[in-house]
Amino acid sequence: MTPENLLYSKTHEWVRVDVDASGGKVATVGISAFALEALTDLVYIDLPEVGREVEAGGAFGEVESVKAVSDMYSPVDGEIVAVHSELAENLERLSEDPYGEGWLVKIRISDESGLEQLMDHAAYQKQCELEMEDE
Amino acid sequence: MASTEDGPLLKTPLYDWHVAHGARMVDFAGWSMPIQYKSIIDEHHAIRNAVGIADISHMGRLRFEGPGAAVFLAELLTRRVHGLGLNMIRYSLVTNDEGGILDDVLVGYYRNAFGQPFYVLVVNAGNRRKIIDWVHRHLPPKRAEAPGEEVLFTDVTRLWAMFAIQGPRSVDLLQPLVDVDLEYMKYYNGAQVRILHPAADRQGGIISRTGYTGEDGFELSVGASVARGVWEALIEIGRPLGVVPSGLGARDTLRLEAGMPLYGHELSEEIQPFEAGLGRTCHLVGYDFPGRDALLKLQEKPPERKLVGLELLGRRPARENCEVLSGGRSVGRTTSGTFSPTLKRPIALAYVRPEFAAPGTELTVDVRGRPEAARVARLPFYRRKTKGTAK
Repeated sequence: MTPENLLYSKTHEWVRVDVDASGGKVATVGISAFALEALTDLVYIDLPEVGREVEAGGAFGEVESVKAVSDMYSPVDGEIVAVHSELAENLERLSEDPYGEGWLVKIRISDESGLEQLMDHAAYQKQCELEMEDE
Repeated sequence: MASTEDGPLLKTPLYDWHVAHGARMVDFAGWSMPIQYKSIIDEHHAIRNAVGIADISHMGRLRFEGPGAAVFLAELLTRRVHGLGLNMIRYSLVTNDEGGILDDVLVGYYRNAFGQPFYVLVVNAGNRRKIIDWVHRHLPPKRAEAPGEEVLFTDVTRLWAMFAIQGPRSVDLLQPLVDVDLEYMKYYNGAQVRILHPAADRQGGIISRTGYTGEDGFELSVGASVARGVWEALIEIGRPLGVVPSGLGARDTLRLEAGMPLYGHELSEEIQPFEAGLGRTCHLVGYDFPGRDALLKLQEKPPERKLVGLELLGRRPARENCEVLSGGRSVGRTTSGTFSPTLKRPIALAYVRPEFAAPGTELTVDVRGRPEAARVARLPFYRRKTKGTAK
């Protein structure tokens, strides 16, 4: 998966939208390399159960580094249909392959309007550059 | 921690070096300080297994000299320092009239190259202004200038840089730079030294075998103007030893594993020494100091809470200010918490009611609304293997 083809939220989740066998849209969600680099030293991740309903902008889990905890936010309304549960014991996969093996959850989208709020790669890059300058 | 200084952030003499070497800078007690260069966990392990150096020039350094200095400090600090031997260092508290903790400090007694004795009080960065005000309150001009008992008080924080050199290889790193034999320097001893490196420009320095990591190590003070050169010399000499620069992030995980309190977390004006397990630092017989009468009374009754270590049984770390429960009832609160890189599990410090303070007691910590199982641990969480002269 190349980061250029993904969508991004303001809160640093990446999103890939696929169409499943039934024609529904499924969002695969992960954490951007920029955010993982900023977090560093991950020690714990908490992911939701399959079947949980999530809302765009609502927290679906938390990730902790040595020094702080961060919530992860759903970019869309929908239902969790898959969870990458092996990550909890293999947190290094997140930073090693953030856009592949580092995926967190798959969400069957019930309302696509959340997707309109997302940025393309170029716009996201710009946001990251601004955040770097603010530091 | 909230900034206690108004105006722009203060910078240590190494600020430019930190930024040039990719440090992530944060506001700590009014100073712009590196929290980490790359990884907190890597910096932590480097200090546990080899050696790391940290810029701690934000720590306040207050110098006292003159014939009245010894008695003045004896009447300021909870620990009896009058009669402290040359080159010796003691951990002490400064308490207010109610016995609350204003700061925890190190006091050292040295002699300069001309044979003049002086004391250095190392205070927390966030408490520097408060302690300076406290000193001035107890050292009015009339007392400071009393004939034959003069006390000269100077805040030398900005004049001197200070580095922590910590880890089992710290003797190997520091020895080439100083003219005293470090092998024979005991823990909590120090010395005025010559710095054997051209970068020091023939200036002297002060070293002490002290630290805040639970590891063997030293703290080195050098003039601000030569600080960068001496720091770079340490990096250069330390390369074969595996030295890494380390930030405040690793300093916090290291001190937590070592069970050492941090002001603003385990210590505050609302906490008195017996609760914090620091009764041994209060010498209530002899010199009168602010808070002594209050502490004499407090000593009579058992404390209402005690500082304990907690090991969490899951992987989800508790942070500060989480409620601690037993059987659904609140019995205390955490003051610090992190993931221990050495023990590879979450650890925390907490104040709990004394009946729940025994090691092995099973408790629950409310971590943002979800209960996590925890057990009272014996402090420190981590104890280094001792060898040689270091205590």
